[in-house]
Amino acid sequence: MNELWVNGVRHALEVDQTTPLLWVLRDHLNLTGTKYGCGMAVCGACTVHVDGAPTRSCVTPLAAVAGKAVTTIEGLSADASHPVQQAWVEHDVPQCGYCQSGQIMAAAALLAENPAPTDADIDAAMTNICRCGTYLRIRSGIHRAAELAREA
Amino acid sequence: MNRRHFLRASATSAGGLLLSFHLPALATARPFEAAGEGEEINAWLTIAADDAITIRVAQSEMGEGVFTSLPMIVADELGADWSNVRAEYADPNRSLREDGVYQRMGTGGSRAVRHSLPYLLAAGANARERLLLAAARRWGVPAGECKAANSVVTHNDKTLRFGQLAAAAAAVTVEEAPLKPAAERTLIGTSQRRLEVPAKVDGSAAFSMDVRLPGMVYAAVKHCPVIGGTVKSVDAAALASAPGAPQVVKLGHAVAVVADSYWQAQSAVDALPVAWDNGPGAGGDSQAWRAEFAAALDEPGVVAAEQGDVGAAFAAAESTIEADYFAPYLAHACMEPLNCTVHVQAHRADIWTGMQNPEAAMAVGAEVTGLPAEAIYPHNCFLGGGFGRRLNTDWIREALVIGQQVERPVQLIWSRAEDTRQGFFRPMSALRFKAGFDADGKPIGYANHSVTHSILAGVRPDAVATGIDPSSVEGLANLPYAIANTQVSHTIRNTHLTTWFWRSVGATQNAFARECFIDEMAAHAGQDPFDFRRALLGAEHGDTLRVLAMLEEKSDWGRALPPGRGQGMAVFEAFGSVAGQVAEVSVSQSGDVKVERVVCVLDCGNVVNPLTVEEQIEGGVVYGLSAALFGKITVADGAVAESNFHDYPVMRMTDMPVVETHLALAGGDKWGGVGEPGLPPAAPAVCNAIWRATGKRVRSLPIADLDLSWT
Repeated sequence: MNELWVNGVRHALEVDQTTPLLWVLRDHLNLTGTKYGCGMAVCGACTVHVDGAPTRSCVTPLAAVAGKAVTTIEGLSADASHPVQQAWVEHDVPQCGYCQSGQIMAAAALLAENPAPTDADIDAAMTNICRCGTYLRIRSGIHRAAELAREA
Repeated sequence: MNRRHFLRASATSAGGLLLSFHLPALATARPFEAAGEGEEINAWLTIAADDAITIRVAQSEMGEGVFTSLPMIVADELGADWSNVRAEYADPNRSLREDGVYQRMGTGGSRAVRHSLPYLLAAGANARERLLLAAARRWGVPAGECKAANSVVTHNDKTLRFGQLAAAAAAVTVEEAPLKPAAERTLIGTSQRRLEVPAKVDGSAAFSMDVRLPGMVYAAVKHCPVIGGTVKSVDAAALASAPGAPQVVKLGHAVAVVADSYWQAQSAVDALPVAWDNGPGAGGDSQAWRAEFAAALDEPGVVAAEQGDVGAAFAAAESTIEADYFAPYLAHACMEPLNCTVHVQAHRADIWTGMQNPEAAMAVGAEVTGLPAEAIYPHNCFLGGGFGRRLNTDWIREALVIGQQVERPVQLIWSRAEDTRQGFFRPMSALRFKAGFDADGKPIGYANHSVTHSILAGVRPDAVATGIDPSSVEGLANLPYAIANTQVSHTIRNTHLTTWFWRSVGATQNAFARECFIDEMAAHAGQDPFDFRRALLGAEHGDTLRVLAMLEEKSDWGRALPPGRGQGMAVFEAFGSVAGQVAEVSVSQSGDVKVERVVCVLDCGNVVNPLTVEEQIEGGVVYGLSAALFGKITVADGAVAESNFHDYPVMRMTDMPVVETHLALAGGDKWGGVGEPGLPPAAPAVCNAIWRATGKRVRSLPIADLDLSWT
């Protein structure tokens, strides 16, 4: 039996310890907001927070998050009120939207660490892939989210 | 929660998207039931008592914005309060049963807005007339004296909200519903944020991989590494003690494993010993193919377009230039790997997948199950990227075959490696150009021969009976530049790989090669590339000339740049629109390329939603630059070498140029496409800029494979 804390809720699971966190979230906990993109930590669609740090859940075995707090897109805010989520709506960032849970989690982690990132900071931190090409709106969305967080 | 909906976005926010699926068992009883709540005014929309309007979208939302732009068309004609409009998918099965009520649902060719416009305006007008009639009857006044706006019908000082009229409006019959004059439109042409974005920022947007059904199991698949090969034998016993009760399903060209969870299924299929018969493609090698395509350029092709006598022109020419271009196979690499959930039962089959062609899904469903097409229920989802790949049905067919054997709902997920390697690529192409000039540097002869893997040969073989695949000569056979003597010829050369429509199709490689060679011609003639093109564009290309004029101005064309930096331009007409771009690049002395800025001018005639048009241009540029800079699918021993984003790299944030979009709209009756036209000029504009920065011509893609160092 594995104990897993996700979005503040404790789960007891009968799942093999080597199972990637991504599939535990999606298939065992029905938290499908976290996406499968590559399975080898190169695209970032599966990004979640583990004790606040952006983490690619597709290569993170369940055993590695024992006793840690996992936050997924569903737990980022109760009502889509996180500044990044608000800014994403305001700037109409998503196109197909598939990579955006991961983008938002990566952006939220960046802003938690660096409340006023420069374009260079954003380039360095935001390594997630978007095939629709929303990068410029992601960048402006992050600047807007930083503003919203300061205003709050 | 309404019991009719067994799966929906779990946390729709107010005004957000409501995406619903029918519970199969209940839907059996009422298969036509609308998912939207409220009165169905006509097949396209429902209005609820609280005035919420749900508009049905019969095209696929894959990021291009149809869940917003298409409802805008209906809502404008209807006189709806846009803040209370929601979107949901139209039901393809209903369309089949009701004589194509949702028209052609396949989404491709940058057609969604321009083809839907007439019937969506008509749908909105019909609903508006019903509401006006219902109000007029209630008040005892002529309908012609009533007006509809902001979801309210008014007559002098009397008002009724749409929600109060919906039931009566649904019951009236409308003979004729004239369209509003275009000048009275209030929504079309205004920038509106996407309706579904709230669901795409909180994880609730339903992609097909997010479908969860009671009793559902998961399937993973391993295809023969060589496309066209088959399974020789499978050692299913090797999985006897594997977790998740894995069950092996043979698919002929592939093996699937079904298990309780996806990870168990994928782990099992990875471990499963399979012997393959690699089939006729076993020796395939993309280096050898490249040499064969180049050799075929020396042979005569089939003439696709001809004018004057190009041979005589070259003989008489003061000078000639010649160049060969090459473009590799490319994968679509949608962010969401292909996946499909099916529930195949004795009397019906349900299909949940992100699809660009629901009609084809019904046809495949009928073919695989033996059920009538009317018993096949495709449930479209948000597509995690489409780019043409999801116009196909290969993965849907696999899911149906698996679903027949497991007799439970099953979700098939392709791994990223399968998605990258298993075909339906943008074709490989080799292109040769020759131009002859008179003593004044004026081009008097132009010859082009392309050798391309045919897409249509595998789709509609009759379309290539002449030896020319029309999609392969897009922009080549219809050369816009007036040169007295031209010959455009083509050769189809296919390998064992499968090819398919890839965002902007033949225009991808043809715009690259043609517009780069035109740049070579301009340079040879000692002319500015804008001026050179203008001199060859007749009055019938007024839209292109207007695009060029705005592009030259907005791009600061010709501004002084330091060594290693350059501008390049290209223009291309496709999908009914003209797009011109100027790229500015910097190239380090060691040859590293950074695209700094791309200025795009588009003439798509008219626009429904300028915001999503701008987003599509940005997206087209990024998709085109990913291919130009990095993209190639290569083959050794018959098998595709690339497997994932580490060896099939694409643009990331750090690679992004500034992208500026400007519209030079022709207006009038012209409605051009938007999803694809932004892509074709990106590669040639960048390659021409690289030449100005380094003195080196880029004649082969991807750019990352070339030595662009300079001193």
